[in-house]
Amino acid sequence: MARVESALTLSVRDLAVRFGGVTALAGVSFDVHPGTITSVIGPNGAGKTTAFNAITGYLRPTRGRIEYVGVPLTGLRPSAIAARGIVRTFQRTSVFPSLSVADNVMIGLHLRGSAGVLDVLLGRRRRAAEESRLAHDADGIIEFVGLGHRRGEVASELPYSEQRLVELAVALAARPRLLLLDEPGAGMTTAEKAAVGRLIRRIRDQSTTVLLVEHDMRMVMGISDTVIVMNHGRVIAEGAPASIQAHPDVIRAYLGSAGDRD
Amino acid sequence: MTRAGRFVPVLLALTLPLWLGSPYFLHVVIMAGIFGILALSLNLLLGYTGQLSLGHAAFFGIGAYTSALLTLRLEWSFWLALPCAVAASGLAGWLIGRLALKLRGAYFVLVTISFAGVIALVSVNWMDVTNGPLGLPGVPAPALGPWSLRAKSVYYYLVLVAVLLAYLVCRRLVASRIGRAFVALRENEALAESVGVDVTHYLVLAAVVSAAMAGMAGSLYAHYTRFVSPEVFLFSYTVTMVIMVVAGGKGTLAGPLVGALIFTALPEALRAVTSWQWQMLAYGVLLVLLVFFLPRGIVPALAAWRAWKAP
Repeated sequence: MARVESALTLSVRDLAVRFGGVTALAGVSFDVHPGTITSVIGPNGAGKTTAFNAITGYLRPTRGRIEYVGVPLTGLRPSAIAARGIVRTFQRTSVFPSLSVADNVMIGLHLRGSAGVLDVLLGRRRRAAEESRLAHDADGIIEFVGLGHRRGEVASELPYSEQRLVELAVALAARPRLLLLDEPGAGMTTAEKAAVGRLIRRIRDQSTTVLLVEHDMRMVMGISDTVIVMNHGRVIAEGAPASIQAHPDVIRAYLGSAGDRD
Repeated sequence: MTRAGRFVPVLLALTLPLWLGSPYFLHVVIMAGIFGILALSLNLLLGYTGQLSLGHAAFFGIGAYTSALLTLRLEWSFWLALPCAVAASGLAGWLIGRLALKLRGAYFVLVTISFAGVIALVSVNWMDVTNGPLGLPGVPAPALGPWSLRAKSVYYYLVLVAVLLAYLVCRRLVASRIGRAFVALRENEALAESVGVDVTHYLVLAAVVSAAMAGMAGSLYAHYTRFVSPEVFLFSYTVTMVIMVVAGGKGTLAGPLVGALIFTALPEALRAVTSWQWQMLAYGVLLVLLVFFLPRGIVPALAAWRAWKAP
């Protein structure tokens, strides 16, 4: 069960995003509490990924506030947001394609290194020590996601589900305090999804807060502490998995949106 | 590679002026060295960050002019003018990096071309300083105390040291978190940002280092040919650099040097065997064949072949 702490990890207030005349988010508010797994669900086009993009700085919101531990994030570049401990993955598989798994993770470790231009050009000794420490860290992360046997292989040549694990490893390497996962189970088999679900729980147990967008209801209901339901750019329900499953608006949104489709 | 395998090329390089014989060959080697620095420099941007600079001759020219003007007009020593040339080109690289901050691909290429065009126009029209199209003759040869480095056999060593320096800079950068950030920008910019790589910062850094290296090559060129004119800004210089990098193997350390050696020596070799109309044709056909059969370049192809031969 989630530990409820007084300090909020992430707070989103009245977040709105419009693309031209299309309203993708129409004033969304929610909180993500530290040490929990919070899932955002909703029909396609509900605004889930848009919210992710706005939180992580890939999209400038039209209106609203996003705060992390009380500090506003709005207007920061994605790399600056990552430096504050908020790291995301992408809906479509996103790796460094021509590099090995190990090199992918080494890039993820960027913020854990500190060698500057002078250290590098002068070949200072502490740079070498840092490199071997980073390589060691990379190994640990690769083992953690279960890709130890793929370390030296080129990322784009791996099967789809393993590429998603590479992506997860790259994100973990950036040492997130808040990890945003955009459909980590998409395109996976049931067994693979279950494994990813277990992995996400282990990540949460290592005191990383997780915000998840996912379509697979079994996975969402199985691992989430809190579920947020979105539809048409708004939050229509929020609560523990059991209460969400019984929520009349949610049932209507899902069945309704399926019935509305032409 | 065995120890002897490494030792022999070093020995050959160190004794080259002694056994190469003809000063003409030595001239070709020196030019290959200068182009080697340029190719290494372009490779840093094109091969690692994935951004094509088609204005690279501008950085080369800025270095050449800075060094020539400081030694001619202010009578500075070459040893002071060289770092100034490096700094001036580096500054120009910083400017381009800042201008192109959000531009990628074709837009980045356009900014670099325009920049080179503007600089070339300045060199032609700012008569008071650059002497316009007449150029700057009589650039002094460097000297080390009482010894002039004018002779080709001596200048060769100066260029050799510069090539090694450029190579070392590239190698150290590429093997570090900075080099990984460059590659991250080439491979997947959005993902790189998501793990905290400030890609624009690293693009500017790559542009500065790359331009500074090209400036070093420019200075070496000016004090070698001892004449600088707006020709140094010619687009064909940039094209030659691109050919060297792509044919040698972009994104590899040895590729640009191999490319520079081949594509400096090749036109000279062709000149010796055919008339000039056929030279260009042969050069073109060879280039097409190379791109067709070794699309990733000579060095990656050799590496793949060696891996295949000895699994």
